[in-house]
Amino acid sequence: MNVSLIWQSLPFLWTGFLMTLALAAVSIAGSTVLGLAVAALRTSRPPLLRGLGRAYVELFRGSPIPITLLFVYFGAALYLGYGVNLFVAAAVGLSVYHSAFIAEIIRSGIEAVPVGQHEAAQILGLKPTQSFRWVVLPQTVRIAVPPLVGQYISLIKDTSIASIIGLAEMMKVGQSIVDRTGDPVSIYLTVAVLYFIVCYPLSLWVTRTQRRAI
Amino acid sequence: MTTATPNTTTIGRDIQLSGVSKRFGDVEVLKDVNLNVDDGEVVVLIGASGSGKSTLLRIMSGLETSTTGEVVVGGVPMHEPKRAPEIRGHVGMVFQQFNLFPHLDALGNVTLALRKVYKMTKAEADAKGMAVLARVGMDDRAHHQPSQLSGGQQQRVAIARALAVDPRIIFFDEATSALDPELVGEVTAVMRSLADDGMTMVVVTHEMGFARRTADRVLFMADGVIAEQGPPEELFGNPQHPRTVQFLSKIAEA
Repeated sequence: MNVSLIWQSLPFLWTGFLMTLALAAVSIAGSTVLGLAVAALRTSRPPLLRGLGRAYVELFRGSPIPITLLFVYFGAALYLGYGVNLFVAAAVGLSVYHSAFIAEIIRSGIEAVPVGQHEAAQILGLKPTQSFRWVVLPQTVRIAVPPLVGQYISLIKDTSIASIIGLAEMMKVGQSIVDRTGDPVSIYLTVAVLYFIVCYPLSLWVTRTQRRAI
Repeated sequence: MTTATPNTTTIGRDIQLSGVSKRFGDVEVLKDVNLNVDDGEVVVLIGASGSGKSTLLRIMSGLETSTTGEVVVGGVPMHEPKRAPEIRGHVGMVFQQFNLFPHLDALGNVTLALRKVYKMTKAEADAKGMAVLARVGMDDRAHHQPSQLSGGQQQRVAIARALAVDPRIIFFDEATSALDPELVGEVTAVMRSLADDGMTMVVVTHEMGFARRTADRVLFMADGVIAEQGPPEELFGNPQHPRTVQFLSKIAEA
């Protein structure tokens, strides 16, 4: 362990750390919005829309993230005719990939609300949209938030995969320092600690809410 | 009562069913059922499980549609898909599993429809809500979550929730079947007081004591038809149909 090397590297790692946080924040927002839309498809009536939602989920659940990222980055260059910004490509890839899992979390949250809740709301005169907003959604949120945060933790760690397309997030910055200094132990340990500092509080929070839910 | 009344519409309080059938796939659960319920009448449906009594109740309340036949509830033709939704908010239903909204406290359960459907202010809705909670003896638990209440208390809140919108008719679907035996009485007492106040009620129940004391008319259902009906003293005292005799003797043994 080379403490002075770690100390010297911290400013560089810090810029990578900020990039990681920005990528995670944008991707969490993107994947949640996309996930909600896909969950809406999955729980809708028309078989075609349900099928579309299903296909989306299966496609991205069944392919590795690196493929998704490479496909977005190079695919965009190839088919759109111009290169996409690295950050945008990484955010789109992560959002699309994680939205498949988020859609399933939200769908199961909606479906976990018993049919009797819908019936009670209907008899009281609530319209379907009112019933969703005031009866189903609050219960879905309670059910879905802990697994959702778990998914966000995965997403935060998966931002490190953006290093393969060359985005200078924390993992990539760490790699280049290791390439220059030849000390993987000190640097990767520091990088790991920085990821842990972000993820652990979220993880603690999930454990606490799940215990309270039981 | 000084509080506002949500339902000012002139919907009737009677029920007319003629030739009502219901199929689920190949299974015919109701066969050509005819039934009239008068304004203020208390009708109790009894019968073995699978006899069609809950389905009949769900058709009258609008949760199911009949396959054939005419269902007119309070003047609303429920068999016309376009017009059936008119019944919403005008009838109440009390479910076996209570179906209280778990994320809202007792008062929140009772006032949700008042605020979202009838657009009352919070103060108006709360006043009305407290009045109906008092009606079922639950005003002192207004700010308890459903999970903090006993089954009997939850069911009384569910009855208050049904009462809040000033329904013309209340349907009870095995309202006491999920309760511990010692909690049944507090719920049937509330139901009896509603009957005494002249509420039109259709009640599916296994509580023969309630049927005997409170019903104006008891209907015995078997295999999707009303096999026998009459005032409780006649149906229980001198049943005519062999299925009724068999059913009542089985219940007596239990």
